[in-house]
Amino acid sequence: MREWVQSWPVRRQLSGRDPLGRGAAARSAGTDRKTARTSTADGVTKSICPFCAVGCGQNIYTENGRVTHVEGDPDSPISRGRLCPKGSSTLSLVTSPLRPTTVRYRRPHGTEWEDLDLDTALDMITDRVLETRRRTWEDVDDQGRHLHRTLGIASLGGATLDNEENYLMKKLYTAMGAVQVENQARI
Amino acid sequence: MNSDCIVIQGSNMAEAHPVGFQWVMEAKRRGATVIHVDPRFTRTSAVADLHVPIRAGTDIALLGGLIRHVIETGTYFEDYMRSYTNAPMLVGEDFRDTEDLDGVFSGYDPETGSYDVLSWQYEGAEVEASAGFRDERTMVQEHEHAEIAGSGGAPFSGTPSRDDTLQHPRCVFQVLRRHYARYTPETVEQVCGIDQDTFHRLAEALTSNSGRERTAAFCYAVGWTHHTVGVQYIRAASILQSLLGNIGRPGGGILALRGHASIQGSTDIPTLFDLLPGYIPMPHAHQDQDLDTFIEFNAGNKGFWGHMDTYLVSLLKAWFGDAATADNDFCFDHLPRLTGNHSSFPTVMAQARGEVPGYFVIGENPAVGTANSKQQRLGLANLEWLVVRDLNMIETATFWKDGPEIETGELRTEDIGTEVFFLPAANHTEKDGTFTNTQRLLQWHHKAVEPPGDCRSDLWFYYELGKRLKARLADSTDPSDRPLQDLTWDYPVEIGPTGIAEPSAEAVLREINGTDADGDALSSYLEMKADGTTSGGCWIYTGVYADEVNQSARRRPGGEQDLLALEWGWAWPMNRRVLYNRASADPEGRPWSERKKLIWWDGERWTGPDVPDFPVNLSPDHRPEREDAGAESIAGDEPFVMQSDGRAWLYAPAGLLDGPMPAHYEPQESPVPNVLYPKHRANPAREEFARPENPYNPPGDHFPYVFTTFRVTEHHTAGGMSRWTPHLNELFPEMFLEVSPELAAERGLVNNDWAHVVTTRSAVEGRVVVTERAKPLRVADGSGGTRVIHQIGVPWHWGPNGLATGDAANELLSVALDPNVHIMETKAATCDIRPGRRPRGPDLVAFLADRRRAAGLEE
Repeated sequence: MREWVQSWPVRRQLSGRDPLGRGAAARSAGTDRKTARTSTADGVTKSICPFCAVGCGQNIYTENGRVTHVEGDPDSPISRGRLCPKGSSTLSLVTSPLRPTTVRYRRPHGTEWEDLDLDTALDMITDRVLETRRRTWEDVDDQGRHLHRTLGIASLGGATLDNEENYLMKKLYTAMGAVQVENQARI
Repeated sequence: MNSDCIVIQGSNMAEAHPVGFQWVMEAKRRGATVIHVDPRFTRTSAVADLHVPIRAGTDIALLGGLIRHVIETGTYFEDYMRSYTNAPMLVGEDFRDTEDLDGVFSGYDPETGSYDVLSWQYEGAEVEASAGFRDERTMVQEHEHAEIAGSGGAPFSGTPSRDDTLQHPRCVFQVLRRHYARYTPETVEQVCGIDQDTFHRLAEALTSNSGRERTAAFCYAVGWTHHTVGVQYIRAASILQSLLGNIGRPGGGILALRGHASIQGSTDIPTLFDLLPGYIPMPHAHQDQDLDTFIEFNAGNKGFWGHMDTYLVSLLKAWFGDAATADNDFCFDHLPRLTGNHSSFPTVMAQARGEVPGYFVIGENPAVGTANSKQQRLGLANLEWLVVRDLNMIETATFWKDGPEIETGELRTEDIGTEVFFLPAANHTEKDGTFTNTQRLLQWHHKAVEPPGDCRSDLWFYYELGKRLKARLADSTDPSDRPLQDLTWDYPVEIGPTGIAEPSAEAVLREINGTDADGDALSSYLEMKADGTTSGGCWIYTGVYADEVNQSARRRPGGEQDLLALEWGWAWPMNRRVLYNRASADPEGRPWSERKKLIWWDGERWTGPDVPDFPVNLSPDHRPEREDAGAESIAGDEPFVMQSDGRAWLYAPAGLLDGPMPAHYEPQESPVPNVLYPKHRANPAREEFARPENPYNPPGDHFPYVFTTFRVTEHHTAGGMSRWTPHLNELFPEMFLEVSPELAAERGLVNNDWAHVVTTRSAVEGRVVVTERAKPLRVADGSGGTRVIHQIGVPWHWGPNGLATGDAANELLSVALDPNVHIMETKAATCDIRPGRRPRGPDLVAFLADRRRAAGLEE
């Protein structure tokens, strides 16, 4: 009981060295139990902010296979540890409960989303590519010029993708004969 | 940080690139003058020494005024200009300027709305054009749509005539002087609404901080590029900076502030229709064109474009491996051919006509993120199948269910035949890979966790798709399947703890870097060969895997390095941080000044804190024996190594489709005539599209105001990454419209109440923010008087989905494009604004039809 009274914040505020209640007087057992997410993390991974093109450094803190905190990387000569509001929101971007994590499928003329297995989706997309490509293939034009392409498959994306991803896209599309391959960089 | 003056124009750097802006503030702390030229007063303006309000879409008039000022006051950096620019070159006798032809250059064909560019050439030399452009000129002559590809200057043969005294009436310097003679401070005031005192303060700050001892920089963003004359905006800045000697020197330059983590990378390794990796042009359809004729047409003779054959053959080897041999032109015919403009907007219009069955949309949200969004959605609604890969359930994936046309009744869900696959994507913490930032710096981000559920990287998706396509076609005998059969697609796969078989991003980066005959990583594109013994997927990135080390993952802390920080990441090309840095030394190789030294000749080699952007052993007095031997044809005093004359161009004798020098044209939609060239309101070579969903606002009283789109710090582009997170949406919860107190009074708008902006395309509503930061400007009305122009600021982050929703600014815009790069005009258009909310549902359709009728567009 006595301990309880002594731990009462108002008593501590009035009797202690913290009359404004901004420091020690406001502490509680709950406060003492709290630790920084960064101190309990079991890993820190070096990363780069995914928003604008300044390229600020990020440290990604993880615990049990989940991202728990994202902070500016003080080592970066570009950002020197700073992040803007968008960069600072990275944790909520990557852990958003609104994020869809399953394939969604809308059949032609359908009115609702349906579930679809990822592997099946890949096979169906492969079918669509092959069928469309075959149907719209242009080997030569009316002047006999070599075209070797399809104008039936287009692509748009993506300025937030990795270079390696863009590379595989361009490589695969070109081999497929697709030429309407475009990017945010134009629009 | 090294600049003595920084002009930020066409960018709100403090709010759109806040962390990069710390370096502007560092420069200011060290005494630099910061100037912000922008229609809106923003947080960038608030900390600038001078804010120059400008009428949106008139920057060339201002920059032209500055060019004239620099020439007429003799404040150019004379030694730099004479030696390093094409000021002395003579332009051919056939060239006629806009001053001679009432607002067009010679070669204009009003029927096609395009130029024959032949008369713009130098005298005495056949400047054939930039890499990829020679092909283009052929295309122009065939009256097909011209495409410009490639980068760098124009290949050329012969030696152009020169007058080093700069007195010849046809030398570039004199041509330039005459072209800008009418761009006086009075004209600037009439066109831009900038008073003459402010103009002189800007001119004084710029010229007094340029020269031997001092340097000034320009920073721009899409406020410059999103115009029907966007390329010429950048050209105008290039001319000014070249006259002032501010290129290739510390604290100088024209810095593009790009808006996405890897938008630079997606240009370098392009998902763009007209380019192959490393700015090599995609081939056009020609009769009997083989690899040799393609190279002959497109490579330069001199400078580093002279070695395009080695870059292209290495690329073909990277893609088609053992199948690519000298006997089959290294599979050059596996590449599909272009026949015109296959860029995004014409493609979407073809979709709307039902001509393009399949569409992949990867990390993009055109249903709200692209100008004239309705046109985009009409394209989506007329596909057979659509694949959307994204982090969030964006509007592009849901247009068929709850898009604006469903609400207005223009489309019915049941009628839309598009099959939609939504595949959830992995985010950057869930995959390895590189982003290329706005400084050409590649930075590796490491994977921290596994992606949840069906979320996968785009690397995984395309690898899987390629594997399945190859498996299904393995036994095909159809020749059209050969490229896919021959495609190299063996990437090592790592099985993660949750069982995902992820292809190795490092292996892909190493393929991009390239390997030699022994399979070892190349360290420089100079090692590439045209005989098929080397491979490499993007020549400008060669070196990123030098010594078998992922150089992009280097992270020596900035505090342990100098300002250039060469051991943090890796910048293309060859880890150079300042392009054309040979220009930081005088023709003899000595630094122009101690204060601005960067690279110099030490008697044996080029040296200094940066990696020299020049053949390292080429002495300043070297004179080439031949003009057609690539890098060996560079003279020791020609710093612009990607240009075929080694010089910065004040006048572009080739390479552009809408003029060799920038001229002021009004935007596609403008409330005033063009007072400089009354016969040509807008760029005569712009691309317009007459379609029902793309009407243009006619001039006149129905759309009396100007609006310009902009970003806030707390949101990203069309919101695909920012409208689903709680903090950002608390900070900026809804769409708003920035108007001046004068406009609010004129239209009865009340702060915090609703208003809607109206164009012939759509009406968009938002909360009114009445602020003195929006300032009316007085400009010439074209008939001898003046009038006040009100400008409305419209942020473009919202759409129907997400935590905080609102109308998308892109609904308001039309599609009219710059002819060189097919980029649309979003930064200046006309509109009306009215108090209250916009009509909804079918009423909106009727309302817009009424407005078009009133403006005389519909019967």
